[in-house]
Amino acid sequence: MRKTTTLRAAAAASAALLLATACNSQRGQDDKDAAADGACQGQQTTGITDRTIKLGGIYPLSGPASAYGTISKGVSAYFKHVNDKGGIDGRTVVFTVRDDGYQPPKAVEEARRLVEQEKVFAVFQTLGTPSTAAVWDYLDKRKVPQPFVATGASVWGTDDNHPWTTGWQPNYIAEARVYAKYLKEEKPKAKVAVLHQNDDFGKDLLGGFKAAVAGSGIKVVAEESYEVTDPSVSAQMTSLARSRADVLLNITTPKFGSQALAADAKNTRWNPLHIVNNVSSSATVLKPVGFKNVQGVVSATYFKDPADPQWADDAEMKTYRDALRKYAPDSDPANQFNAYGWAAASSLHKALDAMKCPTREGLRDAVRNLKDVEVDMLLPGVTLSTGPADAFPIETMQLMRFEGERWQLFGKPVDTRKEFGPLAK
Amino acid sequence: MSAVTELLQQVVEGVGSGAVYASLALALVLIHRFTGIVNFAQGELAMISTYVAWQLVASGMSFWLALPVTLAVSFAGGMLIERIVIRPVQNAPELTMVIVTVGLFIFVNAMAGLIWSFTVKDFPQPFPDGGIDLAGVRVDWSTFGIIAVVAVVMGLLYVLFQHTSIGLVMRAVACNPASARLSGIRVGRVLMLGWGLAATVGAVSGVLVAPVLFLEPNMMGGVLIYAFAAATLGGFDSPVGAVVGGLCVGVAETLAGAYVDVIGADLKVGVPLVIILAVLLVRPQGLFGRAAVERA
Repeated sequence: MRKTTTLRAAAAASAALLLATACNSQRGQDDKDAAADGACQGQQTTGITDRTIKLGGIYPLSGPASAYGTISKGVSAYFKHVNDKGGIDGRTVVFTVRDDGYQPPKAVEEARRLVEQEKVFAVFQTLGTPSTAAVWDYLDKRKVPQPFVATGASVWGTDDNHPWTTGWQPNYIAEARVYAKYLKEEKPKAKVAVLHQNDDFGKDLLGGFKAAVAGSGIKVVAEESYEVTDPSVSAQMTSLARSRADVLLNITTPKFGSQALAADAKNTRWNPLHIVNNVSSSATVLKPVGFKNVQGVVSATYFKDPADPQWADDAEMKTYRDALRKYAPDSDPANQFNAYGWAAASSLHKALDAMKCPTREGLRDAVRNLKDVEVDMLLPGVTLSTGPADAFPIETMQLMRFEGERWQLFGKPVDTRKEFGPLAK
Repeated sequence: MSAVTELLQQVVEGVGSGAVYASLALALVLIHRFTGIVNFAQGELAMISTYVAWQLVASGMSFWLALPVTLAVSFAGGMLIERIVIRPVQNAPELTMVIVTVGLFIFVNAMAGLIWSFTVKDFPQPFPDGGIDLAGVRVDWSTFGIIAVVAVVMGLLYVLFQHTSIGLVMRAVACNPASARLSGIRVGRVLMLGWGLAATVGAVSGVLVAPVLFLEPNMMGGVLIYAFAAATLGGFDSPVGAVVGGLCVGVAETLAGAYVDVIGADLKVGVPLVIILAVLLVRPQGLFGRAAVERA
């Protein structure tokens, strides 16, 4: 009898061991206890309890794109601020930031770590198109929400196979549409020269622009591209100048944005209306060129610029500035990337509030069921709207023109959904 | 604008970027001539020197004072790197040396990012704004300035190589270190001097190009590829060759991008690689280089 008990115990122990190994080897399976009951029965509750929500984010804190890393500080500051006020629906947010150095393989590694070791509820924000594309298959397979990715590629919103991933900022096609609409009204016969980065980002925006001006009097008369490894775009700018176009559409990332703006300012014989895309519209791009050289340049935006005195007395901006000073004292509140992080985090707050079930499925559905949700850090008139087949929360932008030492908003917010209809899949 | 004027304008653009490539190619040639190695980190050393200059100017120093200070710092820095990083692997196979310089490239790049971040910095333009019109072709003063400085550096290096005793010594070291040492030459010092001088020439290059390219840690990465093409074309042991090679590469690249539709701006970066390959196949020593002769 005694022997049997020992045997049984040994058998049980080895079974447990086997089970542990099995679980370990196919780390895909979720813990049995992490499922909800009641109306939300069977849904995943990993990373969420009555008292906490665990979120993870992957940003380039090091490497060539590390300027964007400060977005995570805006996000962290927001959640700390909310936690101090009682959390989200009584839950304290635990936000874990990981560094991928803007390298997709590293992003995959960090995503696995967040999901399998940290057991986060959702991966809130991966930054950059390459890193996001690298992890979305994995997160989709694991059924982990990946809401509000920090990239403007149009694929996040038009893809049907990744219900767990959604965009946030206006996609590049929506941005292109804003410029197209502006030109149709202001320069209906415009001849446009385009400088674009030769990758998905550049092609997304250029393709969107061409589609949006198709059938109008606006013609793209010259196109030049560059590789991110090129030392400079000056030869491309010389070629574009030959076209004598009256509009220059500058679709570049920061360094090349500065180079193109400087080349345009230097060429006194060609003075097109210069439209620079949102990616290169930050002060860190314009300041090196010299503010006097970028007067009258046009771009588009969708959230409040913390450096703009127009928002000095704005309630949300005041909260933001105080929170940043308190929770992220080493970061600059005037840096728009911090405000971007704040706005995105505050958008997630709204989505979490709207969850019908406190589960991963609940968040997935809430993120895709937003109806004109207002977020205080976004520009007036810009709201979040999604649908089961529409994963683009923001598709409204407002134009701005550089005057003096800052951008001045002009015109009304342009809702590209209304103006142009949904994006083709 | 007539077709001829357009062509000339493109040539001027090409000469402008060619001068940039030539300036870095000079540093490559210098270090190769001195030490017999190809330094993949040359561009990054130039970049970090430029940051030193930027930091000095940003802290209130005038550009013309910051420049000599930067050159001195670069000279010392180059010598230090030779002593600390290169000397221990001096007798290792060439592949080891290549890997060490590639490692140096990555390290210096990351360090610059850590210290100064990857956001773009503006660098003061030492030359006056504007330019002149020559029969409809616009040439910026900065293009003239870069070419003039490159020509002066080239001349100095030529004199150093051909008409000074130190030039003779370093040629001996590069050619046969063992024999040089036996005839009483302090090989280590000569190698340090080579690294120091190359870093100084690189610093000049960085300071020249920074106002045009905008300063950030990856500024010289793209330039380095073209500088390699320039040095290969002109010959890795000839300063005149480096400059001629640089100008040829710059003009070829710009014209190919502008006029050959198949190439366009997309494939422009392929031009230096084609040049490198063609030269290595047809005339491995380059246009102005001397073929290495091995005693049988």
